[in-house]
Amino acid sequence: METLSQLLTILLSTIKDVIPIIAIIFGFQLLVIRRPIPHLKRVLFGFAYVILGLALFLLGLDKALFPIGELMAQQLTNPEFIRGSVETSGEALHWSDYYWVYIFAFAIGASTTIAEPSLIAVAIKANEVSGGAIGVWGLRLAVALGVAIGISLGTWRIVTGYPIHWFIISGYIFVVIQTFFAPKLIVPLAYDSGGVTTSTVTVPLVAALGLGLASTVPGRSALIDGFGLIAFASLFPMITVMGYAQITEVVARRDRRRREREEMVNQE
Amino acid sequence: MSNVVIALGRSMAGSLRDLLPIVLVIAFFQLVVLQQPVPDLLGLLTGLLCVVAGLTFFIYGLEMGLFPIGQVLANAFARKGSLFWLLLFSFSLGFGTTVAEPALIAVAAEAASVAAEGGMIEATDAAKSSYASGLRYTVAFSVGLAIVVGVIRILKGWPIHYMIAVGYMLVIIMTGFAPREIIGIAYDSGGVTTSTITVPLVTALGVGLASAIEGRNPMIDGFGLIAFASLTPMIFVMAYGMVI
Repeated sequence: METLSQLLTILLSTIKDVIPIIAIIFGFQLLVIRRPIPHLKRVLFGFAYVILGLALFLLGLDKALFPIGELMAQQLTNPEFIRGSVETSGEALHWSDYYWVYIFAFAIGASTTIAEPSLIAVAIKANEVSGGAIGVWGLRLAVALGVAIGISLGTWRIVTGYPIHWFIISGYIFVVIQTFFAPKLIVPLAYDSGGVTTSTVTVPLVAALGLGLASTVPGRSALIDGFGLIAFASLFPMITVMGYAQITEVVARRDRRRREREEMVNQE
Repeated sequence: MSNVVIALGRSMAGSLRDLLPIVLVIAFFQLVVLQQPVPDLLGLLTGLLCVVAGLTFFIYGLEMGLFPIGQVLANAFARKGSLFWLLLFSFSLGFGTTVAEPALIAVAAEAASVAAEGGMIEATDAAKSSYASGLRYTVAFSVGLAIVVGVIRILKGWPIHYMIAVGYMLVIIMTGFAPREIIGIAYDSGGVTTSTITVPLVTALGVGLASAIEGRNPMIDGFGLIAFASLTPMIFVMAYGMVI
């Protein structure tokens, strides 16, 4: 019963979020384009499925994943837990004592990205547009690896307290240089994958991890240092997606060269 | 009817596979690393069931509703050939979907408390809420502008990497001048503005436009709108922090 009323509340707020989008689409369709929408009934059903799906998804996250994820983020960043693994208790903690935090950040970053609905959407579209050259799973795994690296590096930054802009600026410079070496087709998609990774699933869990860490590490302020993990999570996928395309290209070229050489041998 | 059931069943299996990594990670850390029992196992299982069902419906509806409508709109605008309406539509889509975004509302409220603590604004509720809503409208405006710029890029076929590189330069320069407290929030605000419904819609719009216009490659020109939408908020939030 409680779950049902919770579902209704979430459903209503999802509808409220979607109303501006629907108003804009149908407003322009009716007033500017003035043409009936093809398969209108199907499209409306599609929207209903999207809203219902998103509401159920959020309800499930609220009930199952967020409470336990946040609890674990707190427990893992708890100084007592970290000290438990250090034999010389009483001394100041070294950044390497937080290794479980980095591993957790890596694992949770990768696994939540795999389940991120907007990334699935972009991967489906990219696969369709590229005529299958970009695999849905290849893209999703590349992005997941990027988010995982980004978040674990971000937690390390919170522990060590280095200023965030050093990392972000050097990351940007790296991205710009890498762009000139990456296959042209992948570049816009790689840039996009930075923004799509962080939405419904990743943001709340990652924010809890950042805030928990910043409030327990001595000398950090939750308000200033707790932020910034999302920025890391949107930077590294660009690098890994371009890297994925570069590796696929190199492999394809090597295969082609080997085939050509074999053909030459056969001809002789 | 049976087709629908089969399609739903297949995408349900896909959703289960998508969620498996999270379940494994949480189980491993809870049982092996933290060595604690899983609290409220029943609630956890019903929650997971909801997530699986939700993801299934979402993906199913995506291909039925969101992708086709984005495509239809892109084609209609390309055929109509009115630049003004296309740009107005792009702006409204960016602005309208961002201004009500729950993640943005949360980030804006956080930013207001940071600003109050840093002494940039008075620590009263009224000052904070006016700061937060000002920030929200700034970000929404910047996303609207980003989609407009991105759509113009698709129409003209400009290469994306020069524009993004210029954007990064701006971010780097502004980081030097923005108040230190706002920088983390500004960097994060780029990632949180693009919601789960906006992303498929904007992607379908971009790809649709690039396929409808002759001489544009949907792969090279169609993607990139999200990249602009996650770049401009960083610039505008830092600017907002500097002005106020």
